Amino acid sequence: MVRIVAGHAQGRKVRSVNVRIGAMRQIVPETLVYCWSLVTENSPLAGAELLVQRVPAKIRCGACGREQVLDEPVLKCDGCPDGRLDLVEGDEFLITSLDLAEV
Amino acid sequence: MSMGRFHRHEDGTEHDHHHDHDHEHDHGHEHDHEHGDHSGYATGADRVVVLESIFAENDRTAAANRRDFDDADLTAVNLMSSPGAGKTTLLAETLRRLQGRLRAGVIEGDIETSIDADRLTGLGAVVSLINTANGFGGECHLDAPMVRSALPRLPLTDLDLLVIENVGNLVCPAEFDVGSHASAMVYSITEGEEKPLKYPVMFRSVDLVLVNKMDLLPHLDYDLAAFHANLKAVNPGVTVIETSARTGAGVDAWCDWLCALRQ
Repeated sequence: MVRIVAGHAQGRKVRSVNVRIGAMRQIVPETLVYCWSLVTENSPLAGAELLVQRVPAKIRCGACGREQVLDEPVLKCDGCPDGRLDLVEGDEFLITSLDLAEV
Repeated sequence: MSMGRFHRHEDGTEHDHHHDHDHEHDHGHEHDHEHGDHSGYATGADRVVVLESIFAENDRTAAANRRDFDDADLTAVNLMSSPGAGKTTLLAETLRRLQGRLRAGVIEGDIETSIDADRLTGLGAVVSLINTANGFGGECHLDAPMVRSALPRLPLTDLDLLVIENVGNLVCPAEFDVGSHASAMVYSITEGEEKPLKYPVMFRSVDLVLVNKMDLLPHLDYDLAAFHANLKAVNPGVTVIETSARTGAGVDAWCDWLCALRQ
């Protein structure tokens, strides 16, 4: 993460790092934020805040085409007993953007 | 202009983000006013769009591993389980039965000790051990760079099948692509029927679930139908083979599944 951020910041001061985490990723935001602060302290990225955007899991039913947001990780279409289900959202783990201080 | 940047101020002119209200920018002065940032957090800051996967580095190495496997005409399987599910016992029986059918290699991932790797020697397979610890405690999973580090110790072109025996853990191994072509997990009925619902990401990530320790079924209060329903809820299309590493039941079906990956 530090490498990705440093590469995009190109030496400029980073105020915050925006991260998107899907519900189907086993990532604990509080732990990630804590680790980020440990990794970056005493580095040029010290003080850069990690802001986490959570994305719920969303599936699309292969049989009826309906999309639905899951509140538990049970992959089942409400309308169809069987059929292929694709996860369309909820798998994300990426850095979306950086907010840099003005020069 | 650098890629993906919404706006910049070095020359005081470029702007391609949308303000939801109109206000005039006077670009000649120091910026100390609100910029209408969409997150509602940063003010007076430039936003750089990144959209880069945090696992990109791992995934690039995984792709390199897969290319090396393809070049060697080798099929790699990532084998995962919780600690004590019977992964190594099952694998030992599997290697014994695969002799003469497939030339197999094993990457054995363990936090500490060579105990499992030792158990797998003498069964006709080449075994390469990765201990993830350096001192006390270590990584709870294998990632693509760790697997890559084991490849020079394996005669890839002399093998048909490489089993990557991951560290026993139902959480982290599911997150890391190691470059395998297929994933399987060993689940044992002593772990309880509800495990697919508690570790949905792991149970969802695999192509095959081996339901192991089936010989213990008469001695347990275990609801096999409930397990199958729970598994179907998180991974509807998954292949299931019931096995007992102790009696050998189901091991031939699992060997057939491995051989079929080669066709």
